[in-house]
Amino acid sequence: MSKPFTLTVNGRDHDLDVPPTMPLLDVLRNHLGLKGSRYGCGLEQCGACMVLIDGSAEYSCSREVGTLSDRSITTVEGLGSAEALHPLQQAFLDEQAGQCGYCLSGILMSAKAFLDRNPDPTRAEVAAALDANLCRCGSHPRILRAVLKAAAVLRHEAA
Amino acid sequence: MTGLVHSLKDNPRLDRWLRFLSDRTVRIGTGKVELGQGVLTALAQIAAEELDLGIGQISMMSGNSVEGPGEGYTASSWSIEHSGAAIRLVAAEVRALALKHAALRLNASPDELTVIEGAFFRNGLPSGIDYWTIAGELDLSAEATGMIAPKPADAYRLVGTSVARLDLPVKLTGSGFIHDMTLPGMLHARTLRQPGRGATLTLLDEAAVRRKAVADINVIRIDNFLAFVGSDETAVRAAAVAAAEYSVWTNARTLHPEQATAEWVAARPSIDRVIGDPPADPLSDCISATFSRPFLSHGSLAPSCAVAVYRDGMLTVWSHGQGMHPLRENIAKTVGLPLEKVACHHVQGAGCYGHNGADDAALDAALVALALPGKPIRLMWRREEEFGYEPLSSAMTVTVHAAVDAAGRPADWTTEIWSATHGQRPGVGGAYLLAAEAMKEPPPERKPFDIPLERGGGAVRNGIPLYDMAAKRISYHLIHDVPVRTSSLRGLGATLNVFAIEALIDELAARAGEDPVRYRLSSLSDPRARRTLEKAAAMAGWSSRDAGGAGKGLGIGIARYKNASAYAAVVAAVEVEEAVRVTDIWCAVDAGLVINPDGVVNQIEGNIVQAISWALIEEVGFGPQGISTVDWHSYPVIRFSDIPEIRVELIEADQHEALGVGECAGGPTAAAIGNAVAHALGMRIHDMPMTRERIMTAALRA
Repeated sequence: MSKPFTLTVNGRDHDLDVPPTMPLLDVLRNHLGLKGSRYGCGLEQCGACMVLIDGSAEYSCSREVGTLSDRSITTVEGLGSAEALHPLQQAFLDEQAGQCGYCLSGILMSAKAFLDRNPDPTRAEVAAALDANLCRCGSHPRILRAVLKAAAVLRHEAA
Repeated sequence: MTGLVHSLKDNPRLDRWLRFLSDRTVRIGTGKVELGQGVLTALAQIAAEELDLGIGQISMMSGNSVEGPGEGYTASSWSIEHSGAAIRLVAAEVRALALKHAALRLNASPDELTVIEGAFFRNGLPSGIDYWTIAGELDLSAEATGMIAPKPADAYRLVGTSVARLDLPVKLTGSGFIHDMTLPGMLHARTLRQPGRGATLTLLDEAAVRRKAVADINVIRIDNFLAFVGSDETAVRAAAVAAAEYSVWTNARTLHPEQATAEWVAARPSIDRVIGDPPADPLSDCISATFSRPFLSHGSLAPSCAVAVYRDGMLTVWSHGQGMHPLRENIAKTVGLPLEKVACHHVQGAGCYGHNGADDAALDAALVALALPGKPIRLMWRREEEFGYEPLSSAMTVTVHAAVDAAGRPADWTTEIWSATHGQRPGVGGAYLLAAEAMKEPPPERKPFDIPLERGGGAVRNGIPLYDMAAKRISYHLIHDVPVRTSSLRGLGATLNVFAIEALIDELAARAGEDPVRYRLSSLSDPRARRTLEKAAAMAGWSSRDAGGAGKGLGIGIARYKNASAYAAVVAAVEVEEAVRVTDIWCAVDAGLVINPDGVVNQIEGNIVQAISWALIEEVGFGPQGISTVDWHSYPVIRFSDIPEIRVELIEADQHEALGVGECAGGPTAAAIGNAVAHALGMRIHDMPMTRERIMTAALRA
């Protein structure tokens, strides 16, 4: 029923033997040990499961893994590490942008895809880009500040 | 402040709170748990301060039902006031004890010794010994006396600074949650919930469920508790979803849409009581107004999750519930194990904002673990299960009655409240964990109960206005007969009570032809409340507020949370066309001594955002199948584009004791928005959420 195939996650190829209908999120969390992408609703409504697929932010909770064998997937683990934080992660830390933190992986990935497209956004543009992501603790003001701060850092690095 | 504080009386042994570890850190125990509110960072700061340690020399042990102190539930903004006060006294006492032993060893007087990052200095010179050198000599099994005075506030170096949250780095790099736990041989589990107490499963087509699961699964049935278990989480989830279709229940709960309204709840028979001053003689000039809000969901971003294993007669449970000691007692009682055979450990989950499904999921996991000895079980609720079966915050109706004196000031006040209970945490008032009612012998039906006012109150929380009046009282109609479980959501009854009180105060100001801020100040003698109100008004540029009525409004609200905790005053600016848009919020808070200013501001911001969402958007619905708002489309909450500019300022009040702050701004925010909408429209919306439909209906009526 399942036929082995290769999935590229965070620049590494993984040979997988799972049903092609399995949601990408389950593959990441339970088969590749990448727990950073989170289950929130399973309905593509909350954004806790956001990952990058070929650079664009996509829900992973319902996305069938079998459709992704020739695509490049990036999770929060591929964004940065505790030793080498991505400027977005650093800005979130600097702004203490988070309370419970459950939404943060998905928001970081949405913000990454957005800043890659729009490196010099306004606050309203950042907000619109993050509307697919819910935060229930009300950390939004800090998250908006952090994304704008990271944008400035990334522009400076690029210059 | 010396003497034995609340938490210390319950847990007098020093070593429940503090231990010196061999890695040259100090482990601080607390019964309070991290819910995303930053409490562990603040408690670590308090301990490091008193012990003269660096923050990195503290490790926190939180919510350990076996080794740590029991402090009930992490609720009602008590953590800093209770656990913080206990840790401060314990740390001061252990420091004094350690200095006494060090002085003996050094043949010095304790007065000659100081502590820097845990090392002892004699007259400013290194002594060569530190806490860990003498830790073995200290008898920490002794009981605290509470007689050692902690540091004076003016000597603080760590308390009062914005130490970065200890738990945030891992959460930004992909870990940190109970949902991520794995144990060797762990199995996944999902449940199919009993649709209401008394419902009986008469048929389950197991073969069909297994076909839908595709992979191998185990079906666990204990009376009317049903779980699907296996190594493949995808299959287990598919089984639980399919099971709803392939099962037949008798006596399942049926709900009707009208039962979801505050009006329906208020019309039920009630248990009535009056709290406060006896009724005054009838005054001639009496004005009343009625307000409501619907049932609300906690709406945690993650469905509840728990891990449990039953091995060698010992049941170990990991949970993100708000109190591991009460959870241990409730699980032991439900499954019939002696207390010492159950251990509960807290692991962080998503924010809960009160009593959600966390505790219930822990019992579910325990039941499955007991059925499969030796197998670690990770049980997670489904999204629709969290929305459909967690306790709701009760719909409420509040009528405020004020009798006004000759000067136009309220002289006599009654806040009349109709609500179901706001306190059904397991073990409180006869309440129990959800799956207990699926057992063959369910616990007795819960009795009518709500949290009494002296413990902060449930529905009646903040029902007594802050303002000076000859007589004020609450008339509480507790509704017991509601078809859903209700319990604590951040702020409890305070949200609607403050909304209603502050609305009527604005109406009274308008009748007196006075500015709302000046009117409030004329009957507000509490100097801290006055300062907070004046501060928020100044931040918002209140003095330039116009006559309103042109679609833009500025409104204010103030309360002291639980009438005993932090003061918060909020000004909201709104624009109202068809719908309400909050453009700006200004908030001033007096929380007494602030342990971590940025942490406090973060909590206040979050409370404000959540209150905007309650005031404008959120509403639980019922249908024949039960609660009908079971996803984020049917239960929308605030999103990034709706977030206003929020400015929060803390009032310096270090001379006052530290007050809990996580819930203080919700009521005032809802009130400020209500008053701003009234200012913008020239008419008042009495019911939350203040949706487009309600605005349009009110506009058509006007």
